[in-house]
Amino acid sequence: MAKSEIRGKRKRKQFTGSDEIISLTNVSKAYATGAPALNGVNLHIQKGEFVFIVGDSGSGKSTMIKLLLRELVPTSGEINVMGYDLVRIRHRKIPKFRRNLGIVFQDFRLLKDRNVYENVAFAQRIVQVPSKDIKRNVPSILATVGLAGKYKAKPRQLSGGEQQRVAIARALVNRPSILLADEPTGNLDPKNSWEIMKLLEQINENGTTVLVVTHNREIVNAMQKRVVTMKKGVIVSDEEKGVYIDED
Amino acid sequence: MRISTFFYTIKQGCINIFRNKWFTLASIATIGACLFLFGLFYAIIANFQNIVKTAQEGVSVTVFFDEGISQERIEEIGTLIDKRPEVSKKEFISADEAWEGFKEEYLGEYADGFTENPLADSASYEIYLNDVSMQPALVTYLEGVDGIRLVNRSEVTASTLTGVNALIAYVSVGIIAILFAVSIFLISNTVMIGISVRKEEISIMKYIGATDFFVRSPFVIEGMLIGAIGALIPVGIIYVLYNKVIEYIMVEFSTLTQLLSFLSVDEIFGILLSVSVLMGVGIGFLGSMITVRKHLRV
Repeated sequence: MAKSEIRGKRKRKQFTGSDEIISLTNVSKAYATGAPALNGVNLHIQKGEFVFIVGDSGSGKSTMIKLLLRELVPTSGEINVMGYDLVRIRHRKIPKFRRNLGIVFQDFRLLKDRNVYENVAFAQRIVQVPSKDIKRNVPSILATVGLAGKYKAKPRQLSGGEQQRVAIARALVNRPSILLADEPTGNLDPKNSWEIMKLLEQINENGTTVLVVTHNREIVNAMQKRVVTMKKGVIVSDEEKGVYIDED
Repeated sequence: MRISTFFYTIKQGCINIFRNKWFTLASIATIGACLFLFGLFYAIIANFQNIVKTAQEGVSVTVFFDEGISQERIEEIGTLIDKRPEVSKKEFISADEAWEGFKEEYLGEYADGFTENPLADSASYEIYLNDVSMQPALVTYLEGVDGIRLVNRSEVTASTLTGVNALIAYVSVGIIAILFAVSIFLISNTVMIGISVRKEEISIMKYIGATDFFVRSPFVIEGMLIGAIGALIPVGIIYVLYNKVIEYIMVEFSTLTQLLSFLSVDEIFGILLSVSVLMGVGIGFLGSMITVRKHLRV
């Protein structure tokens, strides 16, 4: 146990030497049928960045997220996330790698039979955090996302915005270095969408690298962050303080 | 593994059991049926073997001598018999003892008419065997020994006993093997349904960074619990039934009980309980492991 902790620290220390937290080099991914989903993608993201990835369906966004989660392996190219070589990583190391990522989905994916507290504590139990630490961490993270008073509620008793906050709390409770949000506002009204985006921005200001895949033009244009635009499996533009480029 | 993780895993395993009640019940019923039959056959075989053993001890080969044989030759033959590995013990029955026995058994008071022993040449060795199956070899040997006139044997009884014993063993092993396969299949199905019901939860667990072990163990525990419950129920039923059946036989077939000696319930249950629970848990482990390895590669 002690050995792996030391190893973990050493890895993180090594990693802080470089500021690049995500790097995709000439990454292509082809499925058995049809055109390649990704075609020679190069993307480098620094620690602490806030990046929007935009594009229509079929542009390769979902494939990119799956590659970053190591759900898929690229057909060719190199992917490096937090010092982990995702092409050559051993199967049994994948869980440990994923503990560095927090993930938020469009459809929240909360456990409907468990209350807010249990949904968040669930993430801590999975990585085997001691019970006494769970009791301290969960209320604190629920306060951060503004749900301190609702820890007993079941997901169906919450609004969409509140459910997404629970999902964000669950993604953050294990203190990941990177937060991946796949269409986090896709099921929310404009007011709730803004609140969630503000929350993500606040999380980013506290040091977490945030990657948001979205369709929401209004938010992308207003937030003045780095915008990576994808089309048919390639990156067509990558701009600091970018805007949502219209499809022609 | 942390203690809290251990209890969490056990708790999730129990929750799984209640989550798909009907499949759990079906699995428990099949394992129960399988182990009930196992217990039944075990009880029958154990008793049958006991009966055969007792019967075998009673099966003997009788050797009669040539007329006018000397006492020394009889003793020499006795030494030869003692040297044979098949023999567990032998008894010498003199002509007088043979006549006394015959009189008592068949003639009663009518025996007074005889003044001489009509069985004068009927001295014999009664030989008891270690194992009934060794009887033919011994008989062949004895027939070749000088001074032996006649070898009497009870071949029918001997071969029937060994044959029936083997038949029961084969049939029961066959039936139990089939039931085992069915049980493993059903448990693996139950666990698979559990997995599909919790698909969403499992996918979230994987994203958060749960290890294979953490995702899989609740399902394996579910399988083992089903196996253990499935084992305890039939063992309990057999315990109650066994006493009742033995009691019934003792009362209704009292003449048989002199021939048949039954084992007591405790003699049987020491082994039956532990073997059944082990098999139940083993079936559960196997069935769930197969599914979990197939469907839960994280």
